[in-house]
Amino acid sequence: MISFTLFNYWAVIVLMMVGFYTLISRDNLVKKLIGLNIFQTSVIMMYVSIGKITGGTAPILMESGDHGGEVAVDAGHAAVEVLYSNPIPHVLMLTAIVVGVATLALGLSLVVRINEAYGTIEEDEIARKDNAR
Amino acid sequence: MTETMVQLVDVVLLVLLAITGIAVIRTRNLFVAVMLAGIYSLLSAGLFVVMDAVDVAFTEAAVGAGISTVLMLGTLALVGYKESAPTHKPILPLFVVLVTGGILVYGTAEIPPFGGADNPAHKHVAAHYIHDSEEEIGHIPNVVTSVLGSYRGYDTMGETAVIFTAMVGVLLLLSRGPLPKRIFHAGQWHTVKAGTTREDMVAKFGGDAGPDETVKDGPARTEGGADG
Amino acid sequence: MDDRVILRIGTKILSPFILIFALYVQFHGDYGPGGGFQAGVIFAAAFVLYALVFGLGNAIKVMPPKVAYICGAMGVVIYLGVGYLSMFRGGEFLNYSYLFDPEHDPTHGQHYGIIGIELGVLVTVFGVMVALFYAFAGRRRIDT
Repeated sequence: MISFTLFNYWAVIVLMMVGFYTLISRDNLVKKLIGLNIFQTSVIMMYVSIGKITGGTAPILMESGDHGGEVAVDAGHAAVEVLYSNPIPHVLMLTAIVVGVATLALGLSLVVRINEAYGTIEEDEIARKDNAR
Repeated sequence: MTETMVQLVDVVLLVLLAITGIAVIRTRNLFVAVMLAGIYSLLSAGLFVVMDAVDVAFTEAAVGAGISTVLMLGTLALVGYKESAPTHKPILPLFVVLVTGGILVYGTAEIPPFGGADNPAHKHVAAHYIHDSEEEIGHIPNVVTSVLGSYRGYDTMGETAVIFTAMVGVLLLLSRGPLPKRIFHAGQWHTVKAGTTREDMVAKFGGDAGPDETVKDGPARTEGGADG
Repeated sequence: MDDRVILRIGTKILSPFILIFALYVQFHGDYGPGGGFQAGVIFAAAFVLYALVFGLGNAIKVMPPKVAYICGAMGVVIYLGVGYLSMFRGGEFLNYSYLFDPEHDPTHGQHYGIIGIELGVLVTVFGVMVALFYAFAGRRRIDT
């Protein structure tokens, strides 16, 4: 199989560049925002890849269903040492996704207002109308 | 054995993501592009599950594939769904993208191998969170929740404030304020009687009383200002 | 609109389950994937679904926009309130250990603090998502 040590990062970079290309090559503002969204999701994938540990599991602590503190801790020590993936990138990216939708909504509302003011959402036509004034 | 399976699923999902992304670039119909963006979000949620980030996957599936798609469709209903043919040659953007991608790939040479348990990213506070959160926070098995809520409570507070601010921004840009007291139409001022609805005004004044409040009360604020 | 019987009946059947599922995600966030952000979005999704099927006018009767705006602001207030409460009880801002007697068992306060701030996040995200949907759906198209 292909060397897997860096394949994930390269694939994520390819996706990132797909989003970046959409962002800079298209004139349509909605298309640009979709490209920005793809770029953002790829950055999130990059962070989550950094947090992944091979053979690890989701960072939800395993133990018996007992809610008593000491019993649970004892059971945890007795069990086989479980390998958990790094929870920090997950926390950071969780919040980044929600901020992403907030910025997306703000961008889309600007697109709506631009459409009402110019009658178009194509960037080159907007520039032409601006220059004609 | 299972690790090979995980890698296989990982590769398949990444290839599907790349295909979806390229389809987004190629399509000229914005409705199709928005739907493909929703599919992209859902596929990436699957990838997050493979990479053990179940909370991120859940959020991406709910927010990225759900609410984002609904908001984009709401926008398309207002701006139309046709994209005009590209006017520029794609050489310059392609060059920029290839150079940027090349630099990033060059940068990965210094990144520690994917999935290594001894990577520096896992050496700082992550071990502390996993081993000690049971004693410090109590019985909350989901470490992501305890880090999000308690260890990084400030972070989440700023987050909540940010989405509140986004709501304020969108409402300032899009929501309709109260009706104006008077309106400038066909060269003279008309007083708007109490009890008039927006529909009455649109029927009487046409486009001047349309849903865009800047058109309606723009002249009313600046006395005698030229009607744009 | 009246001939879409399957959509309307399906929405009526699904809506309460979506709301219950959102609450499950909210309160099960300590033990599995989930939490305030996801639960808020799912809670809002029930109202968005209702608005898409029954029309914006009916949805506004069920969930007035003003309520959504107030929810969006109240969540931040709840979050800050938990932070200030722990401050007034002798700890640092957002140090939930002081919410209850810290000498006895600090994890007790931590647990309630996390439930409190997750509630704040739920309320804000729910209000903001509904308000964003109303803002986009309530605007009419202008043909220029």
